[in-house]
Amino acid sequence: MADQVLDAKGLNCPLPILKAKKALKDVPVGGTLEILATDPGAVADFNAFCRATGNELVESTQDKDVYRFLIRRAG
Amino acid sequence: MSEQASGGAVANAKTMTIIVTKGSLDWAYPPFILATTAAAMNVEVTMFFTFYGLTLLLKKLNLQVSPLGNPGMKMPMMGMHIGLPNIVGAIPGVDAACTAMMKNLIQKKGVASIEELRAAALEADVKMIACQMTLDLFEYKMEDMIEGPTVGGAAAYMEQALKSDINLFI
Repeated sequence: MADQVLDAKGLNCPLPILKAKKALKDVPVGGTLEILATDPGAVADFNAFCRATGNELVESTQDKDVYRFLIRRAG
Repeated sequence: MSEQASGGAVANAKTMTIIVTKGSLDWAYPPFILATTAAAMNVEVTMFFTFYGLTLLLKKLNLQVSPLGNPGMKMPMMGMHIGLPNIVGAIPGVDAACTAMMKNLIQKKGVASIEELRAAALEADVKMIACQMTLDLFEYKMEDMIEGPTVGGAAAYMEQALKSDINLFI
């Protein structure tokens, strides 16, 4: 189970990233945030976001129209 | 320890500036989307609001989009993309109708409002500079503007731009 879950379904660029950034602040260092999104652009965006911020993209999966990301907060 | 105690700002962060020159609903999006996203990616952002861009700092926004002289603006309707010839776009009320249609689409597609992105930018410590010359030119007062921006001129912008990794003009 992730430490926090963010439902970003129905939101478009850049809202999933902005809300994830905000939600990560409430996740302990080393803890995880699970994000659910329907924006197909979120796949490339969460990859880029994690590469640029040093947070770890642990999982990126898709179930029908819903994309699920698991991010581990870096220090 | 890459994070400082205050506001999560990162030491040795990359920096970006954006010159915001346009005040229509459509053109308000790129600067605010890039500013908020960059801030979320630990970039220190400064936005310089000049000419029509200055109106994006007004407390009460009433942003409009115009199909006039805007051939790329094709709205999705009935499975097609419909553009308006200039002679139709010039008719009174067409701008208002197109604006209503655009705002409807924005809401339907889960796209943030400009008010929402602007608030997110301020919350993420994006620095905003209101152009002094534009305030004088178009007779605006800082009391008309939201809380947060400072007032400055080209030199204030340039000082920031000179040391920034990315400088954009929108």
